[in-house]
Parts: sequence; structure tokens; C-alpha cells
Amino acid sequence: MTRSIRRLSVVLTLLLLALLVNVTIIQVYQSDDYRARADNQRVLLEEYGRERGPILVGADPIARSRETAGTLRYLRVYPEGEKYASVTGFYSIVYGATGLERTENDVLSGSSDLFFVDRLQQLIAGRQPRGGAVTTTIDARAQNAAWRGLQGTSGAVLAIEPSTGRILAQVQAPSFDPNILSSHDPASIRDYYESLLDDSAQPLINRPIVALNPPGSTFKLVTAAAALSSGRFSPDSVLPGPAEYDLPLSTRTLRNWTGEECGPDEQVTLIEALAQSCNTAFAWLGNELGADALREQSEAFGFDTAFTTPLRASTSRFPDSPDAPQTALSAIGQFDVRATAMQMAMVTAGIGNNGIVMEPYLVQEIRGPDLAILRTSTPKEFERAMTPEAAADLVEMMVAVVDRGTAGALRGITTPDGQAVSVGAKTGTAQTGRDGAPVAWIVALAPATNPQIAVAVAVEDGGDNEVSGNAIAGPIARAVIEAALR
Amino acid sequence: MKRPTRRNFELLLLVMAWGLGVLGTVQVGWATGEGLHPRLWITAAVVGVLALIAHLIVRWRVPYADPLLLPLATLLTILGLVMIYRLDVAAAQRAERVGAVPPTPDVYNQLTWYAVGVTLFVLVLLALRDHRILQRYTYTAGMVGIILLILPLAPVIGTTVNGATLWVRVGGLTFQPAELAKILLTIFFAGYLVVTRDSLALVRTRVLGIEFPRPRDLGPILVAWLVSLAVLVFERDLGTSLLFFGLFVSMLYIATQRRSWFVLAGALFAIGAVFAYLAFGHVRVRVQVWLDPFAYADTGGFQIVQSLYGLANGGLLGTGLGGGYPSLVPFANTDFVVAALGEELGLTGLIAILLLYAVLVERGLRTAVAVRDPFGQLLAAGLSITLAIQVFVIVGGVTRLIPLTGLTTPFLSYGGSSLVANWIIIALLLVISHRARRPLEGQTDDASMPTQVVSR
Repeated sequence: MTRSIRRLSVVLTLLLLALLVNVTIIQVYQSDDYRARADNQRVLLEEYGRERGPILVGADPIARSRETAGTLRYLRVYPEGEKYASVTGFYSIVYGATGLERTENDVLSGSSDLFFVDRLQQLIAGRQPRGGAVTTTIDARAQNAAWRGLQGTSGAVLAIEPSTGRILAQVQAPSFDPNILSSHDPASIRDYYESLLDDSAQPLINRPIVALNPPGSTFKLVTAAAALSSGRFSPDSVLPGPAEYDLPLSTRTLRNWTGEECGPDEQVTLIEALAQSCNTAFAWLGNELGADALREQSEAFGFDTAFTTPLRASTSRFPDSPDAPQTALSAIGQFDVRATAMQMAMVTAGIGNNGIVMEPYLVQEIRGPDLAILRTSTPKEFERAMTPEAAADLVEMMVAVVDRGTAGALRGITTPDGQAVSVGAKTGTAQTGRDGAPVAWIVALAPATNPQIAVAVAVEDGGDNEVSGNAIAGPIARAVIEAALR
Repeated sequence: MKRPTRRNFELLLLVMAWGLGVLGTVQVGWATGEGLHPRLWITAAVVGVLALIAHLIVRWRVPYADPLLLPLATLLTILGLVMIYRLDVAAAQRAERVGAVPPTPDVYNQLTWYAVGVTLFVLVLLALRDHRILQRYTYTAGMVGIILLILPLAPVIGTTVNGATLWVRVGGLTFQPAELAKILLTIFFAGYLVVTRDSLALVRTRVLGIEFPRPRDLGPILVAWLVSLAVLVFERDLGTSLLFFGLFVSMLYIATQRRSWFVLAGALFAIGAVFAYLAFGHVRVRVQVWLDPFAYADTGGFQIVQSLYGLANGGLLGTGLGGGYPSLVPFANTDFVVAALGEELGLTGLIAILLLYAVLVERGLRTAVAVRDPFGQLLAAGLSITLAIQVFVIVGGVTRLIPLTGLTTPFLSYGGSSLVANWIIIALLLVISHRARRPLEGQTDDASMPTQVVSR
């Protein structure tokens, strides 16, 4: 019988081999296919089964995970969802993640290489990774003021600390509620998302960093910077400022928004031209400097560069090779000049920071699961856009815009203890924004010397008059500045 | 020269198995965030004492027995306990989340059954000095085996769970008589085949180059086939049915060394399979689910799909004990314990477990080859083959190699009858192994007798 037992053991060995080959196929070769199947809950459970780290403003979470009784163990909640949606984005089982939820996923989910020790423990012990915390650069007061100011409009606010590039406020309007998109109910998520897509105001667009609009007269800051940097002009240089400027090579003319000449004898100083937002003087100046000088200056402020804060911002553009009339229009922020609110805040901040433009950033600190600080962002210089002297001249000109020019809404700002704060600003109105609607702009810098905040406000569909920048966007900028200086 | 008993080696392996169990339990507590279980050391002590008792009784009663059998069975039992504890933790955490009453942990029941298993293990070793005694009870064993097999059909005490009538309930206790029946029937087959194998091996006809037995010798295999079909029809238990038929045919082949029995058995199996497929909805569903489980992912295929997802989630190295979601698979601690282990220990762990079984079966078959009496040979081979078939049928089912049939995974699955029965099998194998390996001249059963020098 020994022989038949041996033969039978060969059969049993073959059965064993079949089992081994089969489990190898399942666990190694088909593993990814099985994991990718839509009805495989494990991938979701894994993601939602561990506590995702919070996103913080100061010490307060603007996104955090709450334990639930459901199969998906943790629910993402946003205590002030709409106000911070532009920063946090959402974290959806249907549509994936956006905003910091997406870019900082490694940290929040705990899989970042920064968590070396924790990961080592996971590897050895098979522990569930724990999420780290992301602290933003946002100033809650400034964010609050911007959010309140934008209520009922379509627009964007972005504020930067000029000396570092920290983003102090980033608000979009209209916004969306990330709580609904991050819920565990696919049907309500889909319904809500569809309604957002159908909304003509496009609440899913992250306006402060993504929406590209012609910057209008706020771009005159770039033209003025180019003029001062050329060495040929000072704030007191006298420019022609007629009521109408004949666009070269064409029969068309460019008019001042007031319809009148900018000064006596059709003459105006550079500082007054900026204060009154004189189109004809700046159009003339644009052609005098040339498109290349304007482009170079705009690129020194950050145009034509894609920034990630780590959120990916749209690239602001100065047109490639404009002819003379196009250059004149570009010099006053029309034609094909396009900028995000963040870009115009950067221009303002660079002027206020002695001509040095800092790279904007949104993440201040990364903390490990044990809350130990693992990484702190260090400010990075993007480029020197102007000499300190030229920058100081331009700040002085911007103060004139507030004190006796078009930005009257920012006059008389004081610190909480009653001290007057000198503020520099520039208003603007782009006749054709996205979808052809006019955009009211204001950029501002406060305090003018040693500034703590540079803010850009863009309100779509905001009237079509130079006054509208001041009237519509001005109060919002004022509220943000007052909040930030408190 | 004294022949080595290898008992110290066995003890070392047992200590390692125990240590693995403690490490696994600590790991589960750590990974699930539960921390060290307050009763960890008491439980570990109980397991250690049970393993030690088993070892000491082996040292006393069957000192020359194979040194791997006991540690392998102990390690598998301990792995099962760790996994059952891990699934208890998952169930408790789930209950805590939804605010429900935490379910009673299963691990203490299983531990109790392990103790019962070891008790019967000890009793077998104490009562059975020589396995050949069992040959005297060939027909008694056959009778009792058949009765046990049909016991779940009896009124009042028979119980149907999940469509299969496999259980018997007496008082508050339920057990699966088929588990004990498989041992008794193996004894019966061995005793019966020892007597009849010569006539069964006689050849009469030769068809297509294969020698076939005489028609009048076909009786036994037909009876076995009909009984298997009866189990399938009346108890709706595909697994047990398959196990008995496979066991009988394998033993018949070993006894007669005639491959023609396999051809016949194959034909009978095919007829039975076609009949079952056509006649029974539940068999048809099993096959359809096997062919395309994802088409039935919400109904009959749910278990197998979840099992595959679990295995895939484990991948090469596994999620680590406590790191996966084995509780997503229904019946994770009984039929699908292999899927749970495959998820958390990965392919590496699963292969290791399959190799533990392979070594266990191999040691059993080696015992069968080594023992000198034909009854012992058949019995040892038969007992090893039941283990092998059972592992293949359930692991193959869970991993979708073959259609899923409900069978317990020896030693690992939660469930008393199976654990106790398998421990009795180990005891029987040890008795046979002792006789096979002890010094040749030892005609007396007294192993403590002065060692004789044997020239070999």
C-alpha cells in the first residue's frame, strides 16, 4: 500500500500547488483590479476609517473629522464651510478632493514621508496611519471681513502679507458648502454638485486664484512701475493728459472715464495721472515705454508664472506681441491683459515690500499626528520687481490715490487706538470681464509705510464706471484692512 | 543505542507556537487601538497549560510519536484563536460605534472547545494503547458513523442553519455530528477495506486498457456514493458529501492499488454532479456564483466577492493583524477564516498556513507509510486525507478555485465540533505514529522498558 499512498500524495501535492498558484494570482496579480472595483468598500473604508487631520486657522479647525456611527467611520466637517471653501476645497466620496484637502492629502491622511517615525510604527505594527494637521496662513478676522463684504456678489478677495507672501484672506463668492459634498450620502452629493454646475454664478470656480479678469486701471500700477524703473520718469514728470487719446495706427480714440482732460493745458504729472486714473496719460506712457518694458515689468511681478500656493493658481498674462494701439490699451489693463485677484495682490504687495515680490503661500505649518511641528514654511522671494526708491515713489503715488484720488472709500482708516493709518490703493474697472460683464477692482496697501497687508478685491458685474471700483470694491477692501490691522 | 524521541524538539516548537500567539494577540490590540487585553495573560496561560498538558501526555504515552504533529495542530489552533479574537474586537468596535450592545466574544467559547479537544486528545492517548484495537469495532464504528451522519435529520434535535441541516441541538449545545462521523467512518473504511481489499483488487474485465473490478465488487463504492448523495439531498451539505466520497475513494485506491476505482469514482461523481446541478437550485446557484461571482455580488456572490476583495486588500504582505477589514466578509470566523487571515497576513501568511497543513498531512501520510500493519496504514492515510480534502475544498472554495461548499477549516475555524474532532484525529495519528517509530524489538507496549540495542 506504500506505493499507492505515495502516488496519492503526488495528487495531494498537485492540489496544494493549485491552491498556492490560485491565491498568488488573487493576491498579487489581480489585487489591483479587485481594489479598483467600484463596489469594493475597503478602499473607501481605509480612507475614511482613519482620522484625517484637521486644517487649521490659528488654533481653530476649518476642516476636521468627526467619528460617526456609519460604516464610513469618519465624516469630514467644515464648521464655516462656505467661508473657507476656497481654501479647504471638499473631500468627497463621489468627486474626489479639491483645495488643500487634495494638495495636502499626504499630510492629512497620514501617509506623508514627513511622518517617518509614525510610518515606521505602521510598517512594523501594521497600525492605522494617523493624519497630521495643516495650519494655514489665513487671518480669521481678515477672512471674516472679506466673506461678509462679498455677500450677495460674485467676486473674490485675496490678501497677502507683503513682507512674507503669506495669504491672509482668500474668499470666493458665491461659494459652496463643502459639508454637503463631503457627506457620506452619494445621492445628495450628486444632487448638490449638479445644482452647483448648473448655477450660472459658477460657485465651483475658485475665483481668487483661478478667475482671470482684465485688471483694468489697477494695472496702471505695473505701467507706473515700469515708468519709474526706466529712470526716465519720476512722480512729478509731466505727461500729456488730453480728454481723448488717438490710438496710433487707427482711427479709434481712447477717452478718459471723466470725459475731460486730466489737467490744465492737457498736461498732468505722473502722480496725478495715477490718482485720477487718467487713461490717456497712461496709454501714452505705455507706448512711450513699449510693450516689452511693460511685459518685463509685469513678469517681474509674477505674470506668466504659474504659482502653487500649494493650490494651483491660473497664470496671469500680458499679451505676447501687441501693436501700438493694443499696447496703449494693455497699459491701462484692457485688451488681452488678464490677471487673478492673487496676481494683483502680489503686484500691490511687491510695491509695498520695497519692490520685492514674495511667493504667495497658504500653508504655514505641517504638524504630525502628535501635533509636533514637522515643517514650517519659510518665506521665499520671487523676484525684485523694482528698486526700493522706485517702490517708495510708487507707494507715495498710491497714497495720493486714496487721499485725493479715486479711492476715497479708504480714506480715514485708523488703528483701534485711533491713530490714522495712511493707505495706498488703486481702483479699476474692466469693461469686459469674464462673460463680458464689467469687473470692479481695488487693490490696497496698509499701512503705506511698512505695510502689513496688501489686498485685492474683484467684484464681477460691478458697474461700468471708474467710480465703481471705489464704490463697490472699496468698502470690502476697507473692512479687510481694518480687520487685519486690529 | 537509545532511539531519540524528539520530544524536546516538540516542546521547543510548542513554545514557539505559543509565543506567536501572544505576539499576534498583542499586535491585534495595538493595531486596533484597543491596547493590551486585560485578560491576555490569563488566556495565554490557559493556552500554554493546555499545550503543555498535551505535550506531557504525549511524552508519557507515545514518546516515539512524530514530533511535528502536535505543534502543527497547536499552532493552527492558536492562529485560529488570535483571528477569532481579532474579529471579536472588530464586532465590539462596530457595536460601540452604533451604540449597540457589544456581542459576546467568541474567543472564550473557542478556548473552551480547545480545552475540550485537548481533554479528548488526552483520553484517546490514555485509553488507546494500540490503534489495532479499533479494528475490532469496525462495524460498530460504521453503524454509529452512519447514525451520526443522519442525526441532523432526526425530529426535535435536528437543526437547519443557513439552509444546511448539519446541526444537532441537545439542551443549549449544538454540534455537527458529521465531524465525529468522519473519524468513525474512516475507522470503518480502514477495517472494512483491510478485510475485503484482496477481493476488491481482483480483476475481471479489461476495458480500453484499464482493468475494472468485478461487477459484484461494485457494491461498496455504490453504497458510499448513495450515502454521499443522500447527505447532499437531505442535508443539503455539499461539502460533507464531497468529503465522504473523496475519502472513501482514496482509501479504496490505497487498499487495492487499482486506478480503475478512480475512473469509476470519477464517472459516479460526474453523474452525481450533473444530477445535483439539475435537481437542486442551491447547487446550481453555487456553480453560477463560482463562474461569475460579480454578477451576483449583491446576492449569492456577496460572500465570495467580499472574500476576494479581502484577499486582494491583503496583497503580498497583508495589512497586518488588526489592520484590515476581515469583518466585511460574512462568516469570517468560520467558513471564511482563510480570507480573513489572507487579508491581514497577506499572501506570505496564507502560503505559510497552507504549508503548515501540507506538512501536517505529509507527516500523517509518512506515518501511514511507516506503520507496519495494514489497518494502521489505512487509518493513518485516511485520517490525513480527510484533513487534506477538507482544507482543499474550503480554501479552494473561499479563493474561488472550485465552487464554494460549506466546510470548516481544520483547527482554524470557530466551532467546537470541528476543533474537537480534529484534535481526536491528531491523537489517533500520534498513537499510530508512536507504534511506527518506536524501536523495532519493543514487542511490549511499555515504552519505559530498558532500551535494547538494535542493529540496523
